[in-house]
Amino acid sequence: MNSFTKYVKRYWRSTKSLWVGLHTSIRVFFRKKVTEQYPENRHTTLHIPERHRATLEMVHDADNHHHCIACGLCQMACPNGTIRVVSEMKEDAEGKKKRVLVRYEYDLGSCVFCQLCVNACPHGAIRFTNEFENAVFEREKLHLVLNREGSTLAPPAEKKTNPVKA
Amino acid sequence: MEQSFLDYYSLEPLTRWIHDALCGVMSEDWAVFLESLVIGVAILLAYAVLAVVLIYMERRVCGAFQCRIGPNRVGGKGGLLQVPADVLKILTKEIIRLKNSDHVLYELAPYLVILASVLSFSCLPWNKGMAVIDLEVGVFFVLAASSIGILGILLAGWSSNSKYTAIGAVRSGAMLVSYELSLGICVLTVVILSGTMSISGIVESQADGWNIFKGHIVTLIAFVVYLISGNAEANRGPFDLAEAEQELTAGYHTEYSGMHFGFFYLAEYLNLFITSGIATTLFLGGWMPLHVAGLDGFNAVMDYIPGIVWFLGKTFFVVFLLMWIRWTYPRLRIDQVLNLEWKYLMPLSLLLMLVMAVLKTCGLVF
Repeated sequence: MNSFTKYVKRYWRSTKSLWVGLHTSIRVFFRKKVTEQYPENRHTTLHIPERHRATLEMVHDADNHHHCIACGLCQMACPNGTIRVVSEMKEDAEGKKKRVLVRYEYDLGSCVFCQLCVNACPHGAIRFTNEFENAVFEREKLHLVLNREGSTLAPPAEKKTNPVKA
Repeated sequence: MEQSFLDYYSLEPLTRWIHDALCGVMSEDWAVFLESLVIGVAILLAYAVLAVVLIYMERRVCGAFQCRIGPNRVGGKGGLLQVPADVLKILTKEIIRLKNSDHVLYELAPYLVILASVLSFSCLPWNKGMAVIDLEVGVFFVLAASSIGILGILLAGWSSNSKYTAIGAVRSGAMLVSYELSLGICVLTVVILSGTMSISGIVESQADGWNIFKGHIVTLIAFVVYLISGNAEANRGPFDLAEAEQELTAGYHTEYSGMHFGFFYLAEYLNLFITSGIATTLFLGGWMPLHVAGLDGFNAVMDYIPGIVWFLGKTFFVVFLLMWIRWTYPRLRIDQVLNLEWKYLMPLSLLLMLVMAVLKTCGLVF
């Protein structure tokens, strides 16, 4: 008799759990669909999740300042040599020697979007953006220079403001 | 119970008139031959059209269950031409002949499967006076005819001379034979309730209420058990272990290509429809309209909807239930499948049959 009650109990339990499954899936059935109809909704309802990593970007403010001190941590963090920081030593007004960024080279073609460079950056100078339409016809076009023409390091006061980490 | 509503859309006068007109211009043998030809073509056409509709429905429903949209590009809005395009594609594919297979059986197998499916398909009661095969033992005939499909599956697996197909065929053979038991017993429950095995008889016995309401909770449970085992019979849903991609590639039809594979595919979807159609016939009143006791106006409105609409509507509702099951549960292992049948469903359906027999004998059903 004991094994029979066990059998009945098991029967009842599994029936209930099957019903839970059905209930869940019918709720999904009526949920809003997540499919993106891409080329058509490109300018209308296209939704790219905020944290999606599409291409690396250097943060520039309105006065064409960036936050990169050319320390090269991102270059060292990069697992496959995508980033190359070209810098030079310059003397500032007080006669101190300082490293200054010349070119920030980034190869989109070999980037694996691991975000190790962004995590390594002590000043939040780089971040990943959502611009995902990166297809080009020539490889050379994937070699990007991220610091803008004539941009300079932001003055120290501004550096204290909370850097943006993507 | 007043039954005049049954005659609004009866096709019997029409078919009789056609038959008489044909007999007027030719001998009766020729007339019957011609009619059979027309009906045969009509059945095959309906078979193909329904397959297309079902495949389209499956894709859309499956998409919705996975939070997707499903095919919606081919043929303007809604992707209505997707499935016809796929059908045309499969028609142009080469049928590959294997060197070391058993050629006769290899080529016979898909036709056996499709034959079983068409035979049971033609037993469905579409409307009053529109049953193509209406035997005194119609339900029995459906069960027997649909069992031929198992033979086709076993032959396909055996004759392709491949381990995948052989294991797949044996698996689905074991499963189909097992589930036929509880399926048959559930059907018997309804036969006990209706007191007849003729399909049109079962439908007409539900004029005063569908079986699912008439048999208290017993037919409701029998309906659920029928759906589960019917799903297994159609080789679908959580019971599609004949086609376990990981171990068996595509199971018994791995070696088939072109339209021979298409026949298996077609038969799978039509078996889904047939399972639902028989469920509709047995439990949901076939082409009978929905009547609520006491609401005469409502009942009169329901009577104006033709029987074929009722039948198709209810069948597609059951098809949706089966798809719901299919896209909810993960596939079972073979021992789990057989456990479910022999330890759980079969005892339950036997109990249901017993209870139904007692209820019927004591006159406790409506």
